[in-house]
Amino acid sequence: MEWLEIFLNTSFWVAAVRIATPLIFGTLGEVICEKAGVLNLGIEGIMTIGAMVGWMTVYQGAGLWTGVLFAAVCGGIFGLLHAMLTVPLGLSQHVTGIGITLLATSLSSYVYRLILPEVNSPPRIQAFEPLDIPGLSAVPIIGEALFKQTPLTYFAFISVIVVAYVLYRTPVGLAVQMVGENPAAAEAQGLNVTIIRTCAVVCGSAFMAVGGAFLTMSAFNAFFFNMINGRGWICIALVVFASWRPGKALLGALLFAAFDAYQMRLQQLIGSEIPYQIFLMMPYVLSILALIVMSRRVGYPQALMVPYRKGER
Amino acid sequence: MNSSEIDVSKNQSDSEVVLRLRGITKVFGSLVANDDISLELKSGEVLALLGENGAGKTTLMNILFGHYVADSGSVEVFGKNIPEGSPHAAIEAGIGMVHQHFTLADNLSVLDNVMLGTESLWSLSSNRRSGRRHLEELGKRFGLEVQPHVRISELSIGERQRVEILKALYRKARILILDEPTAVLTPQETKDFFETLKKLVKGGLSLIFISHKMQEVLAISDRVAVLRDGSLVTEIKTAAASETELAHAMVGREIELPERKALEAGRSIFKLEDVTVSAGEGRPGLKEVSLNICAKEIVGIAGVSGNGQTALADLISGLAVPQSGIVELHGEIVRRFTPENMLRNKVGRIPEDRHTQGVIGDMSLAENSISECYREAQFSTFGWQNHRNRDRFAENVVSRFDVRGYNSKAPVRLLSGGNMQKLILGRVLSGNPQLILANQPGRGLDVGAVAYVHQQLLSARAEGAAILLISEDLEELLQIADRIAVIHRGQLSETFPRESISIAQLGLLMTGQQNFSTTNYPSAGNNAS
Repeated sequence: MEWLEIFLNTSFWVAAVRIATPLIFGTLGEVICEKAGVLNLGIEGIMTIGAMVGWMTVYQGAGLWTGVLFAAVCGGIFGLLHAMLTVPLGLSQHVTGIGITLLATSLSSYVYRLILPEVNSPPRIQAFEPLDIPGLSAVPIIGEALFKQTPLTYFAFISVIVVAYVLYRTPVGLAVQMVGENPAAAEAQGLNVTIIRTCAVVCGSAFMAVGGAFLTMSAFNAFFFNMINGRGWICIALVVFASWRPGKALLGALLFAAFDAYQMRLQQLIGSEIPYQIFLMMPYVLSILALIVMSRRVGYPQALMVPYRKGER
Repeated sequence: MNSSEIDVSKNQSDSEVVLRLRGITKVFGSLVANDDISLELKSGEVLALLGENGAGKTTLMNILFGHYVADSGSVEVFGKNIPEGSPHAAIEAGIGMVHQHFTLADNLSVLDNVMLGTESLWSLSSNRRSGRRHLEELGKRFGLEVQPHVRISELSIGERQRVEILKALYRKARILILDEPTAVLTPQETKDFFETLKKLVKGGLSLIFISHKMQEVLAISDRVAVLRDGSLVTEIKTAAASETELAHAMVGREIELPERKALEAGRSIFKLEDVTVSAGEGRPGLKEVSLNICAKEIVGIAGVSGNGQTALADLISGLAVPQSGIVELHGEIVRRFTPENMLRNKVGRIPEDRHTQGVIGDMSLAENSISECYREAQFSTFGWQNHRNRDRFAENVVSRFDVRGYNSKAPVRLLSGGNMQKLILGRVLSGNPQLILANQPGRGLDVGAVAYVHQQLLSARAEGAAILLISEDLEELLQIADRIAVIHRGQLSETFPRESISIAQLGLLMTGQQNFSTTNYPSAGNNAS
């Protein structure tokens, strides 16, 4: 029963939470955008930008948190670009999003090469260190997973709570939900739909970029091409899985990450009898299955992907 | 928020003008929606804005409320000009609007919908308790009680309208614009609604009541302004107005009311025997319904919407399959319930919602005109479209059924409601159907267009078609139906000949306050109306 013993292994749970962190940020960011009625397929590129900018800032000598801030700001700028095209101009959100992803991904590599033309193997930075919360981290099996992580992981958990509170308990959260449900209603109550949607997309994109920054500043400690590797797309699926709720988004990200961590250990256990690609595939297959089961009763924001133009007949 | 937001003491002399529109002009493309309109609203008065669909009533009010920016003209509220194009400014100035298509988010609660925009977006918390208390207070005061925590999607249409009004009251509106508020209400609900309006006026509000129904305007308003083709044609005191005079001003020509000849009903075309259709999500199905429709007759189905009309319409359209019971068409039992099979059996369908079920908005008029018969040999040969025949067919429909507006290449969504309905009517009647399902055919149409639709249905009847007319408008039913049945909670009453039943009786049956004589079910009426 070795395959069951993996679950008793502390390192499995630590890895699961670590893998989940960028997904939590990304999904949270996408939830904010989609709650306001804007699908943001730029997520993959915005995460790349975040990864590159965060890493580069630190590599150039700035502090780690400055790096996170810069990543968030750059993500926000690309979010603003996406919002400008899709909200006031009302362009197709799919096409714009994919365009943003292509642009941001290539631009990240380009800037990276521009600044570091001579480097062959990706240089490393002094990244975030795990922060031990005394006492709690001594809890068997899951103690270290939850209480001996890097600061960005704690930040992710706190963000979930903050975003959930803002969305469901504050006037601005209500306004964001309303522009995603019925923009005409929001306007009839005297709100500016364009501004609210734009701000939501910028804010959501900043979260995505921080998710990307986690990879270079807390996990791999280096930036290399293609490092986001589809995590953005997973976040898009997780949003549906989570029925657009931040709490469920956290759950979904952890679940997916646990599958991923598990398959890596299973690979080592079974060895080369089964091609390793089967294991790589597993989390994705399981997430498709989970989507099928969970999204039967999803409540889409009703104005998702519907551009709103004031005064149009 | 204190509760004295509608301060009665401020209700000064009757002559005080609270709202003044000056020379409002608005042009959409080549259409002049509002042509130099000037209007005044006095304190504590009910001003009715009467006009056909497309006369520019809603456009005018949308300018007033800041949804649109006028090309010229100004809006003055309580003596101050308000900035253009800002609903926020309009709300601040004390204007509230109840939109024709409710501006509510279905997935959010009543309280959410009401409180949206009332608190600073920078505030870190939302004072929902006081919001709730204030909402309940307002509800009690004006007889508009709604439960604050229920989601909008669970409310009836009448309740949703109350929420719309409460939204405006919550924002301390002193001028309330009501855009076609009764279009969605049953006769009983309309009565209650008028009581509410009287309470609002007593509470110090001034109202603008938009409608195209003359009786209502005469019943509720103090003054009437009539719009036609974007211009203000008359403005008179209601007490001095007569129905014929207003109708003439509104339409600008005489309306020929359709002539209804008595006809002997023919053989049975469509028959339901104890048919049960299962309920969909959140809507009732049909419970052991029996009905018989013969050639040369119109059978009307009255009822408050959401009582199984959709299931009945879906059944005839081939969109729903009955669980039990027998459906007979032309004396044969129907076994395949698909739209295709129904079309082949000469069933014509005029759907309830033109925009979503009747036409494909982004396709052209010509394409829409053949969307039910495009497989026929004249329109397609070996899988290739025959554009020449299609266009000729569309032209024929356009000229025979007087579809006015855009050319046959333009997307059909640009047509006005009346013209869209004429197109659908033309498409249906060109197929010479023997059974016609007309589901709310007059909804949202102006007097002239309704008369036209009725005329066409009556002439189809004279040619031998059996027609099932589903409507919430009892006057419409009494005008053209031969027999009328009432649907309530999925059950259908017996049919009454039109001569033997009154609006009041139908109204009671519709709300379940009077038991159907054939079926006997308890406790149906307690929470209706």
